[in-house]
Amino acid sequence: MATFDYSGPLTPSGNLRRRRVVDRVMRGGATAAAFIAVAILLIFIYSIVQRGASAISLSFLTHNPLETFSLSANVPLGGVGNAIIGSALIVAVGAVMAVPIGVLIALFLTEFATPRLAGPVRLALDLLYGLPSIVIALFLYGLLVVGHGQAGFYASLALSMIMVPLIARTTGESLQLVPKELRDASHALGISRWRTTVGLTIPSAFGGIVTGTVLAVARAAGETAPVLLLSSLADPTTTSASVFGQPLNNLPLDIYNFSVAGGASNFAKAWGAALVLVTFVLVANFAARALHARSRRMMSR
Amino acid sequence: MSTTAVTAPLSGGRRFSDRFGDRALFGLTAGASFATVVLIALIIYQIVHGAVPAMSKYGLGFLVHDTWNGSTIFGGGATIFGTLVTSAGALLIAAPLGIAIGLYLSQLTSARTAAVIGPLVELLAAVPSVIVGLWGIVVLEPIMRSTIEPALHNVLGFIPLFGAASSSGAGIFTGIVILAIMALPIIAAITRDLFLTVPSELKDGALALGSTRWEMVRGVVLASMRPGIASACILGAARALGEAIAVLQVVGYVFQAHPNLFDNGVTLASVMANDATSNNTTLETASVFYLGVILLVIELLVNLGAQAIVRHYRLPSVTGGAAQTEPRRTVDVGAAATAIDVDM
Repeated sequence: MATFDYSGPLTPSGNLRRRRVVDRVMRGGATAAAFIAVAILLIFIYSIVQRGASAISLSFLTHNPLETFSLSANVPLGGVGNAIIGSALIVAVGAVMAVPIGVLIALFLTEFATPRLAGPVRLALDLLYGLPSIVIALFLYGLLVVGHGQAGFYASLALSMIMVPLIARTTGESLQLVPKELRDASHALGISRWRTTVGLTIPSAFGGIVTGTVLAVARAAGETAPVLLLSSLADPTTTSASVFGQPLNNLPLDIYNFSVAGGASNFAKAWGAALVLVTFVLVANFAARALHARSRRMMSR
Repeated sequence: MSTTAVTAPLSGGRRFSDRFGDRALFGLTAGASFATVVLIALIIYQIVHGAVPAMSKYGLGFLVHDTWNGSTIFGGGATIFGTLVTSAGALLIAAPLGIAIGLYLSQLTSARTAAVIGPLVELLAAVPSVIVGLWGIVVLEPIMRSTIEPALHNVLGFIPLFGAASSSGAGIFTGIVILAIMALPIIAAITRDLFLTVPSELKDGALALGSTRWEMVRGVVLASMRPGIASACILGAARALGEAIAVLQVVGYVFQAHPNLFDNGVTLASVMANDATSNNTTLETASVFYLGVILLVIELLVNLGAQAIVRHYRLPSVTGGAAQTEPRRTVDVGAAATAIDVDM
């Protein structure tokens, strides 16, 4: 307790009693707020698992919707097979583009840039992070889709623009944890800067790069606005293996379409798809957390 | 490079591969970095460019007119109204709760409890918005319709904000609750990281003078971090302003500025998500881009505002756990929302 020690039979009275009551009420309120947030998370997870589990089956995970989606259709059959494949392709292609760019930006900011050069780059990264995904989606929609049609690849582009600031920041943080002595030792041995960077700095920061990538992938997998504008008009009954040339059905899109269509069987499919997506997102987040803790431990050794 | 001076007399200059490699690495990293600057400019240009037909037809009157006819007449007034109302409402709920959680995690509980609760709060931000929206439709809307909205109407019905309950449960108020849930973990995580930077000498001093823990929190922690709290709330609001999908799922689709929170409405982002692909006429596309311009301006102002506060008051970096091991930087709270993803 923060208050001073009472010896003897004194009990708080008057002003002190009021102060202690206020103290207790405020602390109780703050504790309650924290538990409200945790309760919301648990309610989310409970709702998804309870309602999604009954929809999940092997055929749900491997089959496509059986007929072209329409708002009135209440088709009890079909699954999210092509949506899982589509999401995996779109996100993977986005990550393949975003990881090198994010790492290069982080290298620039930590290894090369003067404060003067770093300023505008940091600002641009922060703004890019702060932009709503719907704005990024609309940008690519105007640039690529209007007059030409959608493609899964455009959604990949949008997701990579969402992933780059995240990867750059996580990578930058772990680059800053690489001890300066290591670089100095490398330089003292006459090793050129790029060899030091490629052979020493990047491997030392590898944990951070992986953490950032996993988190960015988890974030991107759930992004709905980009796929809604850039890869939504797919034929939901077919599976395609290429992100180029045509839109791909995907998980967030399925959840969105089923949820706004309404009806018990559509909701059931939406919850099933949500369970698949949220499982991936939560597992990725826990994995990133474990990786982060592990690489920090190894760094600080 | 100091190495050049040492090796130069012996080998007659650095190897070509080293000189080339250094230049190439610098060029690549600088190229990728400044590509992001160009990208921001390109985004602004493209969205404004797409809006030009609507801008020249409607001018600034677009900002106040309500009608969104679907084929001929377009006005953004109702969407701007809806965006401001939902975000302000979400902030009213999320800010006190988020700050309280930040205080709880940083000042009022043991590090061990905070290490369990904190990540759980952050996980709330990781739930995809489309799933929050699905939960809003299936779970929240029936509760809103049958219980919460009638109760609020009965008690506070004399205020026009709390009019007749909606028939579906969808509406502005449901959107507010959903957005508050999404802004909450952002505000909580940023304020927690801010509060952790308050020097313990100050806190111990206040406690030693006989203040209760709450008086210490109010007089030292909250007082010294007021600008940071403001920027945390701004960043939470930025999240709410730009959320498209979850809002679209629960807010309905009615173009009218009205005081009743329980009625349907629209927001900038929700109409952009709904109408971009369903459009047929070039004018509608341009009008959607006009909404994009408005949202872009709001978001840029809000983000730059949060950064300006941080820079002006020289707040410590709150980029997360790494901040404790690296030297303090004075900027970067602007992107502190990434702390949620990064600081785990």
